[in-house]
Amino acid sequence: MPSNETLRQMHYQMVRIRLFEETIQQAYFEGKTPAFDIAAGPVPGEMHLAAGQEPVAAGVCAHLRPTDAVTATHRPHHVALAHGMDMKKLAAEIFGKETGLCHGKGGHMHLFDPETNFGCSGIIAEGMPTAVGHALAYRKLGRDDIAVSFFGEGAANQGAFHESLNLAAIWKLGVVFVCEDNAWAISVPKEKATAVPSNADRAAAYGIPGVRVADNDPVAIYEAAGEAVERARRGGGPSLLEVRTDRLLGHFEGDPQVYRSKEELALLKERDALRAFERRLIDTGVFTSAEAEDAWKRARAEVDEAIEFARSSPYPEPASALQHVFA
Amino acid sequence: MAVETKRLLTTSKAISEAIAQEMERDPRVFVMGEDVGVYGGIFGATEGLLAKFGPERVMDTPISETGFIGAAVGAAISGMRPIAELMFVDFFGVCMDQIYNHMAKIHYESGGNVKVPVVVTTAIGGGYSDGAQHSQTLYGMFAHLPGMKIVVPSSPYDAKGLMISAIRDDNPVLYMFHKGIMGLGWMTPNPRATAPVPEEPYTVPIGKADVKREGRDLTIVTVSLMVHRALDAADELARDGIEAEVLDLRSLVPLDREAIVESVRKTHRLLVVDEDYHSFGMSGEVITTAIEGAFDHLDAPPVRVTYPDVPIPYSRPLEQFCLPNRDKIAAAARQLMG
Repeated sequence: MPSNETLRQMHYQMVRIRLFEETIQQAYFEGKTPAFDIAAGPVPGEMHLAAGQEPVAAGVCAHLRPTDAVTATHRPHHVALAHGMDMKKLAAEIFGKETGLCHGKGGHMHLFDPETNFGCSGIIAEGMPTAVGHALAYRKLGRDDIAVSFFGEGAANQGAFHESLNLAAIWKLGVVFVCEDNAWAISVPKEKATAVPSNADRAAAYGIPGVRVADNDPVAIYEAAGEAVERARRGGGPSLLEVRTDRLLGHFEGDPQVYRSKEELALLKERDALRAFERRLIDTGVFTSAEAEDAWKRARAEVDEAIEFARSSPYPEPASALQHVFA
Repeated sequence: MAVETKRLLTTSKAISEAIAQEMERDPRVFVMGEDVGVYGGIFGATEGLLAKFGPERVMDTPISETGFIGAAVGAAISGMRPIAELMFVDFFGVCMDQIYNHMAKIHYESGGNVKVPVVVTTAIGGGYSDGAQHSQTLYGMFAHLPGMKIVVPSSPYDAKGLMISAIRDDNPVLYMFHKGIMGLGWMTPNPRATAPVPEEPYTVPIGKADVKREGRDLTIVTVSLMVHRALDAADELARDGIEAEVLDLRSLVPLDREAIVESVRKTHRLLVVDEDYHSFGMSGEVITTAIEGAFDHLDAPPVRVTYPDVPIPYSRPLEQFCLPNRDKIAAAARQLMG
């Protein structure tokens, strides 16, 4: 069981992620109405938000240190922030600014942060082999750092998923594979796409531990991840963790979500894991409702500062597009 | 300039020696790939390394190219300098996402924050009836995609120096060795695949073409095994008083455009020989470079001898019909001389 201090930190982490993404969502639709134009407004391009999946990032990353590597997906903000990426640099990158993490060259799906050893990929499952390589390097360098690879349940049917698990298993590398099962690969539900109900069962094919966390609860995730992280760090090899989580929003902003009913979406909103977690912490006396309120206020200020930084930063010099092809 | 030596090595031994010397110099360098260990690489590029450095630094991988090339990318980002072998370039289809969407792009996407010093070695080329999936060169396709240096050596000396440069480079390098230049005992003997190679480490710069034969009458631009064919053709042409200059590009990215332009300004005639497919490839790029930089110096339209736009056939007469060779090059040169 995490300490009260850890519980409060995980709560704050989830709150700041939620507020950050809600603010990004508002900015995203600026200039895109009444007719939706994906290229218009201060935040152009695709936008994949993670509302509902914050428990996975908060519960897993609570065990990590900045020297651990983390790889994530096209939906990376919650993981990036939970692993310690500078919120201002992240916001500025999303706004395409010179002060952004990647000086505007990456965008929200391609974030690379040497300070927190974070990387992500817009190609499903293809961030996973990189995580295997990070862990391989750490062993060769004699470091007890580990690599954590986040991916969706849709990725578990890609070859890169299976190749990565096999490689990590035969080389006994310190990798924790974390499957965020939000039940939907854009519009295709897991039961139509995946031959087994739980991807955790697939761990058996590689002789490694596989655990499914059946509810989107930060504490259950924290505990399952703790075991896997500890095993990886002490040289016990990789693990696979699958968490049943919720994608409260569309696959991308502007997704009409014709594949989900209004009732289903309402149900998801009702069982919002962040609100449930907060109620539980108040009910069990971890903090008071006033302290919870204060967390939201602090997060609001942090997010506002980051977004203001992004908005007020300059765009990169256009011709800088020609730089950084080679080191 | 070449260091003087009398020691003869095959290209494959020159490559494995380069890797061994860099592994001795830099503990971050390691090798991974299919059959690179006890077998020594199917084309001998890693021969002897396992015995010298052990299985932690010379890692046989499963047949899992996406997995291990992706792992090389991750290891490079985390401070290692991996060499990953893709057994045949034709196998790129099962791992192109790691090569192109990851290895080649991450430095740029990161705005320069992250370096990816990976060397991917791969065997290219045909001529021995291995069919459509084991005979391609494909360097033009990779050279089209920004973010990777593309090295295509032709001689044992260059192969060693370019390998050392590739390992020391902070960028991803695709190092493409033609099976026909390796000097393997089980391939058609190629006298040009064995040549003097200094024992001590040295570098050959990536991005610098090399005049393999000087001439005044026409410029033949090519790479890899076709350098050998062009030199053979040049010897034949010389008997008729035609002096061909043979320019070995040695790398396609960066492309030494100045060397192409300079040679064409001297000879006023350009012939490009390319074992890669005819259209949208190296031959077109070289000719465009000459036209952009030396149009007024050209006495005749450039000519090219290339592989036709067909998948590579199996049967010997079919494949040999398609491949550029000494006679085709000599005939094209005579036509160009008018």
